[in-house]
Amino acid sequence: MAYDWLKGIEEHYDIVVIGSGLGGLTSANVLAKCGHKVLLLEHHYQLGGLATWFTRKGGHIFDISLHGFPIGMIKSIRKYWSQDIAQSIVQLKGVRFINPQFSMDTTFDREDFTRQLVEKFKVPAETVERFFTDLRGMNFYDNNPETTGQMFERYFPGRPDVQRLLMEPIAYANGSTLADPAITFGIVFSNFMSKGVYTFQGGSDVLIRKMTAELKQNGVEIRKHVTVEKILTTAEGGTKQVVGVVANGRTIRCRAVLSNANIKNTVLRLAGEENFTPEFVAAAKAVRVNSSSCQVYLGIRKGETLPHIGDLVFTSDEPTFSSEKLVDLHTTSRTFSMYYPDTRPGLDRYTVVVSINARYEDWNNLSPEGYATEKKRLIDESITALERYIPDVRAKIDWQEAATPRTIEYYTRHWAGTSFGTKFEGLKISMDLPAQLRGLYHAGSVGIIMSGWLGTINYGVIVSNQIDKFLVAMKRAPQALTTVA
Amino acid sequence: MTKEDCQKLVIDIIADIAPDEDLSAIKPEIRLRDQLQLDSMDFLDIVMELRKRHGIEVPEADYSHLASLESCAEYLTPKFPTKA
Ligand SMILES: Cc1cc2nc3c(=O)[nH]c(=O)nc-3n(C[C@H](O)[C@H](O)[C@H](O)COP(=O)(O)OP(=O)(O)OC[C@H]3O[C@@H](n4cnc5c(N)ncnc54)[C@H](O)[C@@H]3O)c2cc1C
Repeated sequence: MAYDWLKGIEEHYDIVVIGSGLGGLTSANVLAKCGHKVLLLEHHYQLGGLATWFTRKGGHIFDISLHGFPIGMIKSIRKYWSQDIAQSIVQLKGVRFINPQFSMDTTFDREDFTRQLVEKFKVPAETVERFFTDLRGMNFYDNNPETTGQMFERYFPGRPDVQRLLMEPIAYANGSTLADPAITFGIVFSNFMSKGVYTFQGGSDVLIRKMTAELKQNGVEIRKHVTVEKILTTAEGGTKQVVGVVANGRTIRCRAVLSNANIKNTVLRLAGEENFTPEFVAAAKAVRVNSSSCQVYLGIRKGETLPHIGDLVFTSDEPTFSSEKLVDLHTTSRTFSMYYPDTRPGLDRYTVVVSINARYEDWNNLSPEGYATEKKRLIDESITALERYIPDVRAKIDWQEAATPRTIEYYTRHWAGTSFGTKFEGLKISMDLPAQLRGLYHAGSVGIIMSGWLGTINYGVIVSNQIDKFLVAMKRAPQALTTVA
Repeated sequence: MTKEDCQKLVIDIIADIAPDEDLSAIKPEIRLRDQLQLDSMDFLDIVMELRKRHGIEVPEADYSHLASLESCAEYLTPKFPTKA
């Protein structure tokens, strides 16, 4: 008989958290610290969701989504995790752009961008100042229909080079396009511009290990290798309410469920259409997911070194920026994340992770042979592109491997292998969930603005506040609530 | 619970949320945001701490009452249980 990954768990929890991405992990931690009994279930053999890593022969450790996040992470990690974890957050100063329109080195913050936009791109200082200030003032509840592309035209008309400088890095950071609401650009861009790009020294493995220790200390019951198949509900008393989940075939009862799975998976697969109004189901079905990603992992042989060519190198041969070209199967746009020995002090190793935005449909419809061929092409083209900056790099590589939208789907179960959750409209579905089905909450990459490491962590806290409120009220008046239920 | 006591409890919470801030000279009548580096997540933390420490629920519609120490005290003091 298969091993029972749920062996020894209790019959009932205050809250079951489905999924251990940064949103799920943070919610589990916050709710445990509020005194609730938390069960965290993850289908993978490792916690972290997309904040993950893998090891390969030759002593290589590859990080999947540790490329850079805004300074706000220091505060959020300190408040919702620990000062100890926050202390490992350090700045990445070498951001580089290389494309047919311009080459540029920057610390990717407001001060340096202002200087270069004025001196190098000859944009009037007043325009730059106004742009930054207006972006800072954006609110997601403003309901402004303007798109990022339209906004760029307003501030920088006829300047495709400036538009590329602003858009390209954010398209990699959150999958947004020129056609998305300007707020999806504004929030993430402003967050980065405040003080630049930061990373976690020690790597994703150390981060997740420290978070796991913190969760255990706060009393969270954690189980890996457990897939939640169904959210159980009751309609006794007239109001639909969550009563538990089915995981690895077993029923676990609880007062509330927080799903860190994609919002479409949560509504349409885990809970099921029968639990919602037809209008809500239609709206959930209409939610568009963001694009997906490919990555190429290059491990440098032990003992070899690489020159410092920057930490994050945004490269492209496309003459101008285009959101469609960026996700094309044959795109030439790639971000090189260079991991020098500083990433994991003491190990003295170098690795390169190449990130490429991609469309799930392009990769999902390939035959097995076609899939293998395309993966090989991806690796070859990435190494060739890197040779322009490090001519002898090929001979130093002793591990090469590619991931595609199918890889992301396989490991996270996300709808269409999405890397960055859903388009803007998904946020409303996520926020309206508990009003549709009592006790069901969602936190995780959604609406573009609630994605990325910082976005998902903060959204996890916002939703935890609502869950805490619900659980406290339920515990205070259990009788009243049972009669209602 | 006097309004002064209530202000003190709110300051205790802010001290834990924003340990780097100097809270000795806060002016009760001026908006907290204008004196301290507090963002919307910090205000959410204040709401959660009020629930956790004092059993007080602040509905979203009332968040504006948390703007200054004075408005906090005005709004929160009556919500503390009076000793029977
Ligand atoms: C290639 C790439 C690079 C990125 N780079 C950056 C970056 O540099 N900086 C940055 O800030 N962000 C980056 N991101 C985005 C960032 O990683 C994500 O936004 C964030 O980690 C998502 O967290 P989440 O809480 O939404 O959950 P996810 O990480 O998506 O995790 C969800 C978890 O739920 C689990 N799950 C799903 N369904 C079930 C089920 N039924 N039962 C049990 N478990 C289930 C999954 O296995 C998964 O572990 C990147 C993303 C990608 C793909």
